[in-house]
Amino acid sequence: MHQTGFRFNFMRYGKATLTLSAVLIVLSLLSLAFRGLNLGIDFTGGTLIERQLGRAATADEVRAVLTGEAVADLDLGSAVIQPLDDPRDVLIRTRPLASDEIDRVDAALAAAFGGVEVLRTELVGPVIGAELVRRALLAVALASLGILIYVSLRFEFKFAVAALVALLHDAIIATGAVSALGVEVNSPFIAAILTVVGYSLNATIVIFDRVRENRQLRPAEPLVDLLNRSLNATLARTIHTSATTLLTVLTLFLFGGSTLRDFILVLLVGLTVGTYSSIFVANPFWWLWKEREERGGREVSPAPVR
Amino acid sequence: MPRGNAIRILFILVILAATGLVLYRFPMQLGLDLQGGVHIVLEARETGGAAVTDEAIERAIAIIDRRVNALGVAEPVIQREGARRIVVELPGVTDQQQAIDVIGRTAQLEIKDPFGRTVLTGADLADARLGLDQFGRPAVDVEFTPEGTARFAQLTTLYVGQQIPHLLDGELLVAPVVQEPITSGRGQITGNFTHDEARNLAILLKAGALPVPLDVVEMRNVGPTLGQESIDRSLRAGIAGLVLVVLYLIMVYRLPGLLADVALGVYIMLVLALLAGLHATLTLPGIAGFILSVGMAVDANVIIYERIKDELRAGSKIRAAIRAGFHRAFRAILDANVTTLIAAGVLFYLGTGPVKGFAVTLSLGVVASMFTAIVVTRWLLAAAVEANPRGAARYFGVGEAA
Repeated sequence: MHQTGFRFNFMRYGKATLTLSAVLIVLSLLSLAFRGLNLGIDFTGGTLIERQLGRAATADEVRAVLTGEAVADLDLGSAVIQPLDDPRDVLIRTRPLASDEIDRVDAALAAAFGGVEVLRTELVGPVIGAELVRRALLAVALASLGILIYVSLRFEFKFAVAALVALLHDAIIATGAVSALGVEVNSPFIAAILTVVGYSLNATIVIFDRVRENRQLRPAEPLVDLLNRSLNATLARTIHTSATTLLTVLTLFLFGGSTLRDFILVLLVGLTVGTYSSIFVANPFWWLWKEREERGGREVSPAPVR
Repeated sequence: MPRGNAIRILFILVILAATGLVLYRFPMQLGLDLQGGVHIVLEARETGGAAVTDEAIERAIAIIDRRVNALGVAEPVIQREGARRIVVELPGVTDQQQAIDVIGRTAQLEIKDPFGRTVLTGADLADARLGLDQFGRPAVDVEFTPEGTARFAQLTTLYVGQQIPHLLDGELLVAPVVQEPITSGRGQITGNFTHDEARNLAILLKAGALPVPLDVVEMRNVGPTLGQESIDRSLRAGIAGLVLVVLYLIMVYRLPGLLADVALGVYIMLVLALLAGLHATLTLPGIAGFILSVGMAVDANVIIYERIKDELRAGSKIRAAIRAGFHRAFRAILDANVTTLIAAGVLFYLGTGPVKGFAVTLSLGVVASMFTAIVVTRWLLAAAVEANPRGAARYFGVGEAA
């Protein structure tokens, strides 16, 4: 036999952790409803101008140039100006500008600060943003359906639903955290959420695989014990995999620079929540559903003795 | 060492050499976010005169291709996206305005008689190139087709001393006064052009007019400085992360950990060589997908090793433990990877640009990790056990005798 006995009684807190998750989801949804997301130009449409100026300049100096005579007709009063790590670097966000208008802004900046170097220019029309959202939602729906079918075939339908619940749980809470912290959301955010979802799914499947196996070995074992045994058996794997992943993400955080930091933040929150949910959401969810069904008594129990 | 093991080790070395060769022969293509350049998305607009058909889009792509070639951009990408969009990627180009001027303009040339009737269009031109006028200023030399030559001769014969307006996309370009009939089929368009303006006009006229007008719906321009900085940073972060993971595996699993690190090395070479060999472009989101797949490759080894430890603790001998460990771990790894592939497949199918790049590296990584984490690691472990059967169980830090 495999390990006998187990160290942690994970399922003892099953109802409490499910409640905690429900509260976090409600808070996330509230934040999304009332604070909303700080959408960047990838979603709203607009222009992003990142430049290295000839000399260090404050945001106010840059604003003075943008509202100055040379580009007064472009109506840049509402532009957002953000200083970057290097004091000569500046990030300007405006309404969608035509390419020749961007050239005029560059000329004005060059004249005021003694030169300008293009670091990055992005111009996104409003149509693109709407489409990005539509496609992302469609992708999540289709991927969920595919996963639901595959996991139902390889495991059972209830495992599939539990894995999806954990996955949506992570996506909602990570998005809620982004809303609450006011982090700007651009298309890399989608990649970050996808990474989180992939990771969470992987973790849940590995644990469910052990549950599936232990259930075949000991069909009569009460569900709580089955889950606890499986969770303990996979605990070392959970710890080592989380540790190596977090090491990688932390080095990205340290060496990745300011532009990547928002992206990494989403990953850090998401991966943590993902590890948590693979243990404390997917399993109790499946357990409570299964228990309820068995109390209903209609299911033919595979257990010969109880 | 038994022959089977020797052959397997040799095979692993061959893989390493082959992937190294591929990477040497086909350097990794970097996305515009890494190497710098201009990315433009154009959308065809429906007008009264021109419907947006498949044929119109294909023709527009061919014309843009000619224009881009005339600009002298190395390795441009011009692709259709969806029903009415065209994506143009110009590596190394820094001047987005010039790019848009050359690529996005319809460039419908019309030459009219003094009564405003169109006599000739851009389609009547056989050639156009940058030239100089009599004062040495930039101008565009044009040459008509035989049919165009005839009509231009007729036009200039009929209206000597009068103006014949030249319009580009409905705007007046020049309106020269005809001095004498021109029958040679050669002409020159002069005006107050700068060198760049004259060159762009020549490119536009030579490549021909777009069959439908195109609007710029998205434009991204990354300067070379930022691109280089992104490469440096991701390389530094990637190497630092990798070193930590390598050390962690050795710390936790000792010799088998080191073997897993070797398998991870094979894995990284394999994925990079696959990407380079398939001419895939590496972008920042692609790097994120790659890092996630490295995590999954490590995870596969962790799952296997924990299973082997379970077996050893339950009293199995080392060879049986390794066999059972791989066997039991396989199902979990397979199911986890297939579900990831399902998600990545959907993203590849539906995603654009950055999301697609993420999906490609993730899928390739998942498939490659099935081979390296399972097969390569197993070969290496088998060879290590052969070499030292007595100490083998202790490799895993479990005290049982072999």
